[in-house]
Amino acid sequence: MPSVVEELAACELIHLGSMRYAEAMELQHSLVEQRKRGEIPDQLLIVEHPHVVTMGRNGHSENLLASPELLDRAGIEFHHTDRGGDVTYHGPGQIVGYPIVDLRDWKRDVGAYLRALEQMLIEALAEFGILAGRKQGATGVWVDGAKVAAMGVHISRWVTSHGFALNVDPDLDYFRYIVPCGLRQPVTSMRALGCSAGREEVTAAIAGSFARVFGRAIMEKR
Amino acid sequence: MIDVEMPQMGESIVEGTLTKWLKKPGDKVERDEPLFEISTDKVDTEIPSPVAGTLAEILVEEGKTVGINTVVGRISDGAGASAAPAASAPVVSAPVNAQPPPAATPAPAAPAPPAAAPMSDGATIVEETAGPLSPLVRKMARENNIDLSKVKGTGIGGRITKIDLETYLSGQTAVAPVPVAQPVAPPPPPPPAQPKAPAQMAVSAPPPPAPSYVPATMAGAPAAMRVEPMSMMRQKIAEHMVFSMNTSVHVTTVHKVDMTKVAKLRDKLKGAFQAQYGFGLTFLPFTARAAVAALREFPIVNASIEGTNVIYHRDINLGIAVALENGLIVPVIRNADEKNIVGLQRSIVDLAARARSRQLRPEEVGGGTFSITNFGSFGSIFATPIINQPQVAILGVGAVQKEPVVVDDAIAIRSTAYLALTFDHRLIDGALADQFTAKVKSILENWTEEVM
Repeated sequence: MPSVVEELAACELIHLGSMRYAEAMELQHSLVEQRKRGEIPDQLLIVEHPHVVTMGRNGHSENLLASPELLDRAGIEFHHTDRGGDVTYHGPGQIVGYPIVDLRDWKRDVGAYLRALEQMLIEALAEFGILAGRKQGATGVWVDGAKVAAMGVHISRWVTSHGFALNVDPDLDYFRYIVPCGLRQPVTSMRALGCSAGREEVTAAIAGSFARVFGRAIMEKR
Repeated sequence: MIDVEMPQMGESIVEGTLTKWLKKPGDKVERDEPLFEISTDKVDTEIPSPVAGTLAEILVEEGKTVGINTVVGRISDGAGASAAPAASAPVVSAPVNAQPPPAATPAPAAPAPPAAAPMSDGATIVEETAGPLSPLVRKMARENNIDLSKVKGTGIGGRITKIDLETYLSGQTAVAPVPVAQPVAPPPPPPPAQPKAPAQMAVSAPPPPAPSYVPATMAGAPAAMRVEPMSMMRQKIAEHMVFSMNTSVHVTTVHKVDMTKVAKLRDKLKGAFQAQYGFGLTFLPFTARAAVAALREFPIVNASIEGTNVIYHRDINLGIAVALENGLIVPVIRNADEKNIVGLQRSIVDLAARARSRQLRPEEVGGGTFSITNFGSFGSIFATPIINQPQVAILGVGAVQKEPVVVDDAIAIRSTAYLALTFDHRLIDGALADQFTAKVKSILENWTEEVM
């Protein structure tokens, strides 16, 4: 039904591969400005970061269990950042997604946006037989009390940046440097849940459920 | 002077934390220039200035959390205001404009498209994946914002079917039908206009709604029904009940108790008890006392389940269900085993009174290890109560009635009541549940403890 496709707003899917956190931040900033000016459609950036610990604007330093010096020696970068949420870790084996979406074209509701991001990941995980859900008062995606995906968002004039990080098969040991999101709850991954799906498959599932949940036609850019 | 307010960032959001002022008092600010930053759950947002002018005063300091529409600062418009487009000025000062105005378009001209339509369209074109969920099920899950982890799959290999989702939804929303058949036909209702009545929203704070199905039925026969949002308490109760049913395997066993001895004792003491303590003597503290003694003998009934572990609680913290005008609450008598009949009756009277006047402290409604519900006070003979999670059993007490009973092959008039114990069959077997209930029964039937 091509006519339906034409009516859907476009969202460009960009695979950034592995990119340092700071570089991805800069790219996001520039895309957000372009999106605000209406020069580009919505974007979904998919990236993998080298080991990095980031602290949100209202992060608590007590949730960082290692000093920046120790992180440095362990080969982990440390950044303060302007997303919501507390401290988090990114690294190889994670799919990090940065949707740059103008919420004025969707719903001007940041709560609904977070729930939609969760729903998108819940559905993507379901395609691999993982029954994930929400946890009241703890934004993110959870499986049996363990967090499989974390979220943190920045909004400027209803344009979103930052987004989500889904643990596909990261080395979960790296989470020991932090209290993820300030919650003393276990972290898990798709691999730890017995799913051996690869990064590409999972990215495709995310793109599909993103399209469905947000009603966007995905245009893949390589 | 223009008031700058904490904007409304979404339906479910009633407050925000002002994390950073980007301007100082006295600073000039352009219209749409970022003025301050707020933080709600997991989201940081830059809020642009509604007008050009000078930041005159800051009323809410950094780090403070305030409700939406609270005035956080004032801008004196001076020369700058006249430079702003005329249309925007009246909108800005009205409290309706709680959201940051879009950059260039005047606010009313850019209504967000109805959310439901593009979402359902989206589902029709991307159907190539054949995972464990059918497209229909995915769509239903999305439209109703369902946590798939909470749905039991009954299809092949535990697959979640449409029927499972319908069962789940009917458990959640009573009888609201789900219009799966024609998602396109009913015009999507206007999205609950955010700016319309922010004050009300702050009070009722609806959770992320599933707007697609309830209003659809409303459209059909407006006069035949009335739609009211559930109170926060009702939503919490509903959530807890569904959670409990989905968590525990509920089985109820019922024992009939001869309360004659207790009834006689109570009749004898009633007047003196009231005179001495200032409150009446009911049957409930007797049952509570008996239950507590039985809990000491059968500690597994005073336990809870965590994963694959059994948590045995040292303390016996007894929850007493109290009916409120429009709901239910279960305040807790801590260390109930350390109290005699007078102490238990005093706690029951006190907690019930403060529950009804909404004066319970948070710690008085948590930490229970076992609960009693006294539906007998409403005339019920017996019922099958729902377990108060994370506990593993609840004792329901029916009304005490006089009835003819065969005693030693003669017919006698006795005071009897039914005790209904609902237990979590994951942890407690029927035999043990019956031993426990028989113990409660035996203590009541052979009451020896002095009351006063």
